[in-house]
Amino acid sequence: MSDKVKVTIDGIAVEVAPGTTILNAARQIGGDIVPPAMCYYSKLEGSGGKCRTCLVKVSKGSEKDPRPMPKLVASCRTTVMDGMEVENITSPEVVEARKGVVEMLLINHPLDCPVCDQAGECSLQDLGFEHGAAQTRYEFDRRTFERIDIGDKIQLHMNRCILCYRCTYVADQLTDGRCHGVIGRGDHAEISTYIEKAVDNDYSGNMIDVCPVGALTDKTFRFKNRVWFTKPVDAHRDCPTCSGKVTLWYKGEEVIRVTARKDQYNEVEEFICNTCRFDKKSTSDWVIEGPTAIRHDSVISSNHYETLKPLPVIQKNEKLIEANLEQFQKTQKD
Amino acid sequence: MEALSNRKKVLEQKPMNFWERMYLPAIFKGMAITFRHMFKPKETVFYPEVQREFSENWRGMHSLKRDEEGRERCTACGLCALSCPAEAITMVAAERKKGEEALYREEKYAATYEINMLRCIFCGLCEEACPKEAIYLDGPIVPADYLRKDFIYGKDKLVEKPLTELTK
Repeated sequence: MSDKVKVTIDGIAVEVAPGTTILNAARQIGGDIVPPAMCYYSKLEGSGGKCRTCLVKVSKGSEKDPRPMPKLVASCRTTVMDGMEVENITSPEVVEARKGVVEMLLINHPLDCPVCDQAGECSLQDLGFEHGAAQTRYEFDRRTFERIDIGDKIQLHMNRCILCYRCTYVADQLTDGRCHGVIGRGDHAEISTYIEKAVDNDYSGNMIDVCPVGALTDKTFRFKNRVWFTKPVDAHRDCPTCSGKVTLWYKGEEVIRVTARKDQYNEVEEFICNTCRFDKKSTSDWVIEGPTAIRHDSVISSNHYETLKPLPVIQKNEKLIEANLEQFQKTQKD
Repeated sequence: MEALSNRKKVLEQKPMNFWERMYLPAIFKGMAITFRHMFKPKETVFYPEVQREFSENWRGMHSLKRDEEGRERCTACGLCALSCPAEAITMVAAERKKGEEALYREEKYAATYEINMLRCIFCGLCEEACPKEAIYLDGPIVPADYLRKDFIYGKDKLVEKPLTELTK
């Protein structure tokens, strides 16, 4: 018996190792058939199964038991069986269900994208754009929380949280001793540090990167600029604690933000330490590798020039200056 | 060459007759048209004193709006600058401090907001992009000026007057 199992997703067959989840099998195929995921994070053990955006239909359970699964299943938590047939975007039922899930996620999500620093690289924004309805049917007030302070590096906006639990997994698996968690139940569940203790750890900044929405954002980048006006550049440095491979976000000559490098599923490639993220914000600290590849349909790639430093809009024309000397001197004075 | 459309009028060149050579009938005809216009309503206006009404879809100078409580609507989201095909808009955002709730509607606001009126093509895309209904091109014609730098309009020229000043 071969040690690979065959699974068909949206009519595309792929052989994967047993124990692989449907989501990861779909990612091995790639393209449009990959279910979106808000809570599952391949680098964080135990994540997934909470947001339900990755629901798929299993139309054939396995070769031995060809009955379909009775309900839509979360593809990030369901492992493949030999001969399994999965429908994702080919099933109208799944598309409809996903639309419902997005509506549920957006019930309590404030409509403050114009204020939010995550806008432009937000998974929920993309998800809502692709799968959601333009209007909500929810008539009640959105849930709101008192703002709490969790340190001078990370900004917590509990109103925006979708309770994916990714940040708690980061704290559990990357840092020694988690001091924040999800408190309360149901509608009152919130990310908190309980006694307003500052989240301060060498790897705590990765919570910002794993957060799919704008609930955890970089306080040093807060309201500095919009993501799509900054230019991402890959860079690295010799860091004693982490890999040191990061993306620098430039505005002009200035590094205004440092994040870990993200792959096509918006997951970080390697976690970086807080020193790299918050303290090394000048070009001299880094070895520049080149511009980060951004999907051309992303808003981040708009208004960008090919060169790092755009050409001057007005070229210095000696003849013209000579002709407009009087006016030119007037402008120089002020 | 043979004409393709046959719409060309062929003019006959004839010597002028007596009346045509006197030119007087043609002069009187022309003068009649001239004097007739004196008694018709005028089409022109004395511009700076008298101004024509703008059409409904007129796009003039921008104004940054306030909400019904007089707070600035703009949150410096940058969508106007993103949509601007002429790259005329720049802004710097700032966080609202405690006690400024009456000035700005959201926790983020535009500390500086500049439109270069020489770059602006008055296309109205910023108006369309704005999610907060904060910018409208409902002003008059942008006035002429002497220096290029004076065409960069800041918040002092763009933001609507507060309600208290309007009621005065």
